[in-house]
Amino acid sequence: MAYAGKNPSRTSDSALTTLPLLLYLALASGLMVGDHRDGYGQVARQKMALVTGPFWWLASSPVRVFRSAKEALAFRSQLQADNEQKRHDLQMASARLHRLNAVVDENLRLRQLLGGTRGYSLKVRMAGIVDIDLDPFRQRLVLDAGSDSGVEVGQALIDSGGVLGQVVEVTRNRATALLVTDPDHAVPVQVARSGLRTIAYGTGHSDQLVLPNIPQSADIREGDVLITSGIGGRFPAGFPVGVITGLRADKLRLFVIADARPAAHLERGNEVLLINNLPPAIDVGPPATARPAVADGKPAANAAKGVEP
Amino acid sequence: MIRTPTPWLIYGSFFLGLVFAVLPLPEPVSAARPYLLAMLLAYWAMEVPLKVGLTTAFVLGLTADLVSSTLLGEQALRLVVLVFLVQRFRARLRFFPLWQQALAIGLLLLNDRVVVALIHLVVGSPQHPWTSWLAPILGMVLWPWLFVLLDMARLRARERS
Repeated sequence: MAYAGKNPSRTSDSALTTLPLLLYLALASGLMVGDHRDGYGQVARQKMALVTGPFWWLASSPVRVFRSAKEALAFRSQLQADNEQKRHDLQMASARLHRLNAVVDENLRLRQLLGGTRGYSLKVRMAGIVDIDLDPFRQRLVLDAGSDSGVEVGQALIDSGGVLGQVVEVTRNRATALLVTDPDHAVPVQVARSGLRTIAYGTGHSDQLVLPNIPQSADIREGDVLITSGIGGRFPAGFPVGVITGLRADKLRLFVIADARPAAHLERGNEVLLINNLPPAIDVGPPATARPAVADGKPAANAAKGVEP
Repeated sequence: MIRTPTPWLIYGSFFLGLVFAVLPLPEPVSAARPYLLAMLLAYWAMEVPLKVGLTTAFVLGLTADLVSSTLLGEQALRLVVLVFLVQRFRARLRFFPLWQQALAIGLLLLNDRVVVALIHLVVGSPQHPWTSWLAPILGMVLWPWLFVLLDMARLRARERS
C-alpha cells in the first residue's frame, strides 16, 4: 500500500507539487513584505492574543513551578542563617535607636540653650539670588532684598557650605554682594587645626582663594580647614571659608602661598543667608585686650572663642 | 501497518513543538534550541504525507510566527521549504537507516538556518548569534530519539483503538 500510494505521486510530483510550493512561497513572501513595510503583523498578533496566550502561559509554567518549589524547599540551614542575620540586624537597629534617643535628648537640651540667643537667630534672613556675575574681575551677586527689608552694607552672606561674601551696595529692594572669590575681597581667616591667623584673598576664579605671605615656619598643610576668625568684626567667627588645596613658595622664596578651595557652593543653589554681625557689646570687655596678648599660634583658638559670642 | 495515527497525536505534538519554541531558556542556550517544530513536521510529512503537507506547514508556520512573534510569514516560508524538500526525498529518507536519516535531517535544518539568514539579510533585521548554528547539530542528535518516541506513541495509540 505504501508503494502503491507512493509511486503515482512520485511521477506526477515534479509538475504538480512545485505549483503549490510556489504559491505558498509567494504568499509567505507577501506576508513578510507586508509585515515589514506596514507592520500589520503587530495588529494580527494583538487580534490573535487569545490563541497565542495559552502557549505563553504553558511555556512559562516550568519557571513558575521551579520558583514555587524553590520557595517550598528552602533548606533548614538557610533559614537558620537567615534567622541569625535577622536577629543581628534587630540588635543593631535597637542599638541605633537607643543612640538616636540620646541624640534627641541632647538636641532638646541644646535647643533650650539656644533659646537664650534667639535674638541672634532672628537676625538671619534668607535672600534669593537675582543675578550673578562671575568673571575674572568681578565676582558679584545681586540679591532680591534691599534696605526695605533691612539689608545693610557689610552684612555677611553664608550658605550651607560656608562664607559666601558680604553686602557692598544696597538699594531699596536690591542688594549687591561681593563674593569671597572677587579679587578685591579679603576674609580674615584662621586655620581650624592650628589656630594660625591669616587672610584669604579672592582670585577671580570661583573655585580658588589664595593666602599669601604665610611664614615658612607656620603650621599649615594641605587639607586644613579655614574658618573665619572674627577679627575685623565683619564676619562672625567660626564659619568655614575653605580648604587648603596646595602650598607653594612665593617668588622670593621667603614666604609660603597657600591655595584654598572655597567652602561655600558658589556655583550652586539660588538662596543665601544674610547675617547681621552686630558690633557686640562684649567687645568693650577683656577679650579686646586679650587678643593682642596672644601673639602666636596655639592660644588663638581661645581668642576665636572669645570673639564668637 | 501503521497508517492512520489519530489526529490528536499529530496536532498535540505540534502544540508541544510550539510551546517548546517559546519556552524561556537562558540567553546563550536560547539561540541554540533545536527547531523541534520543523523536526515534528518532517516526521509527519514523511510518515503520513496525505495528512501533513504544504498547507499544514504553511498554517503551522503562520501560527508559529504569531506565537513566537517573528516576522509574519518567516516561519511559514521556512517550514514550506522544509516540507517540500522532505516530500521530494521522502522515498529515500524513509528507507535510510536511522543514523543516516538523522544526518539528512541535520542537513535540512542547516538549510533552514541558511534560509533564515537570507531572510534576515533581505529584510535588514539583525542576524541571530552564532550559537544558532549549533541548533541543526542538536536537532540531528535529537532526531533518532524523537523518531523512536513518536513511533512508539503511534503504536500505543493504535493498540488502544
